[in-house]
Amino acid sequence: MNLHGIWAIYRFEMARSLRTLWQSLVGPVLTTSLYFIVFGGAIGSRMQSVDGVGYGSFIVPGLIMLSLLTQSVGNASIGIYFPKFTGTMFELLSAPISAMELVLGYVGAAATKSVVIGAIILATSAFFVPIRVVHPGAMIAFLLLTSVAFSLFGFILGIWAKSFEQLNFVPLLLLTPLTFLGGSFYSIDLLPQPWRTISLFNPVVYLISGFRWSFFGQGDVDIVVSLAVALAFLVTCLAIVAWIFKSGWRLKN
Amino acid sequence: MPEPILAVTGVSKTYKGGFTALHDLDLTIHKGEIFALLGPNGAGKTTLISIICGIVTPSTGTIRVAGHDALTDYKAARSRIGLVPQELSVDMFETVLATVTFSRRLFGRSGHSAYIEQVLRDLSLWDKRHAKIMELSGGMKRRVLIAKALAHEPEILFLDEPTAGVDVALRRDMWKLVHRLRERGTTVILTTHYIEEAEEMADRVGVINKGKLLLVDEKTALMQKLGKRELELTVVEPLDAVPDGLERWQLSLANEGKTLRYVFDSTEEDTGIPSLLSALADRHIAFKDLETSKSSLEDIFVELVGERA
Repeated sequence: MNLHGIWAIYRFEMARSLRTLWQSLVGPVLTTSLYFIVFGGAIGSRMQSVDGVGYGSFIVPGLIMLSLLTQSVGNASIGIYFPKFTGTMFELLSAPISAMELVLGYVGAAATKSVVIGAIILATSAFFVPIRVVHPGAMIAFLLLTSVAFSLFGFILGIWAKSFEQLNFVPLLLLTPLTFLGGSFYSIDLLPQPWRTISLFNPVVYLISGFRWSFFGQGDVDIVVSLAVALAFLVTCLAIVAWIFKSGWRLKN
Repeated sequence: MPEPILAVTGVSKTYKGGFTALHDLDLTIHKGEIFALLGPNGAGKTTLISIICGIVTPSTGTIRVAGHDALTDYKAARSRIGLVPQELSVDMFETVLATVTFSRRLFGRSGHSAYIEQVLRDLSLWDKRHAKIMELSGGMKRRVLIAKALAHEPEILFLDEPTAGVDVALRRDMWKLVHRLRERGTTVILTTHYIEEAEEMADRVGVINKGKLLLVDEKTALMQKLGKRELELTVVEPLDAVPDGLERWQLSLANEGKTLRYVFDSTEEDTGIPSLLSALADRHIAFKDLETSKSSLEDIFVELVGERA
């Protein structure tokens, strides 16, 4: 196994974030604070608790998941798109490194950054609302599973994209709406029919529900179903990445 | 006979659109040699290199690098190859030292600082090691690409048009570097359309055009075999046309009738020069100067590409 190669990519990607450390840290903290001021303070004070949980605390898992998804996709997609954009992809393709090792480097770095940001948001939330985590092990597992799965998704997006416009297209027009409609700020049980049923076709619902279950011991859907959907998404992304490297799609002529 | 460092057998490449960039190409490279692949733009030089390095998938054929199959045993094969691409493709936001160390690690080596220092010093980059690549001149950026390709101590170095767009001083520096690499046992394969580059550096030359390898030979043997010489006679009285009776020498007139030009084969026993001079004397055509010149690799190349295209 080319451990030096994996480490080189991982370090390179992490160093790229460290160059914009201020932006990487301040962005999530500021955004989280604004969400708590608007949703927790202005709106939340007028809302009753949801499923016995104060509204401010209720939105914490959704807020973390919102950032986790966008950061995972954003970091991984730019990580692999950038060598294509600058023309340095030739070095990756000509190196003695397997597809799996390449993915470990890029996806590992993107997932690490997302988890760190998730932890920062969690810490920031603690300043505004009481936080309790009923199943900490499950919370960490969901955090890792989601960040890895969506980093893989971002990796695929980065390989697919032929321009920065395409790179931004999926997060902006697909991921953000799915996350907002996936129960980040509400329980889908509050939705009238047929919107509740329609929501069940949104995979993000299962991720947020599962993550919320790890905090409060209850979610919109069964934890086993949430876990199965997250795993299925991970396996699908892995299969697509494997096919990309086997076929050379958008990588090799 | 020792196994070649690189053996390309029956390699062809047809793209999805139907364009065939390489036709059933065979090539053998020996350890420690400098091989120049000559060809016009679009001949298939970069495609061949890209296939050997793993950047492009071949349609047919096999490639063995130091005995390792480049497809099935690609890690062993690729770890022996360094590639300097034609384009200045490098991450502009990185420092010189960081990007060279990245390349070394990517190819499976530890970040060996003493070796990297040596490479950077050899390429006059050591003083710029903490500079961001965007701050460097074009020539310096090309040196960085060479440093990156050499960072993992490759046995074979591919230089794809190494001196395209660089100034004369840097070109000379690169030629010196290639000779130094050969002294250390590195095999160098360069593609170029600068004939003087091949003439200056190569041990063997291959000529490629329209995806077909037209010939491969020792540079000196090639120039001897195909090298034609030219005799130029500056006549005293300018001529309107080539005089009658001199057809068998296939002379041409140049320089407003002041120069008679005769192309001959120096390897022939009878070059035709004594009989030509005698024939001129018979016709009272006096000349005041006489000069012979040898055809360059460029002339040979142009002739080959023109004839066999």
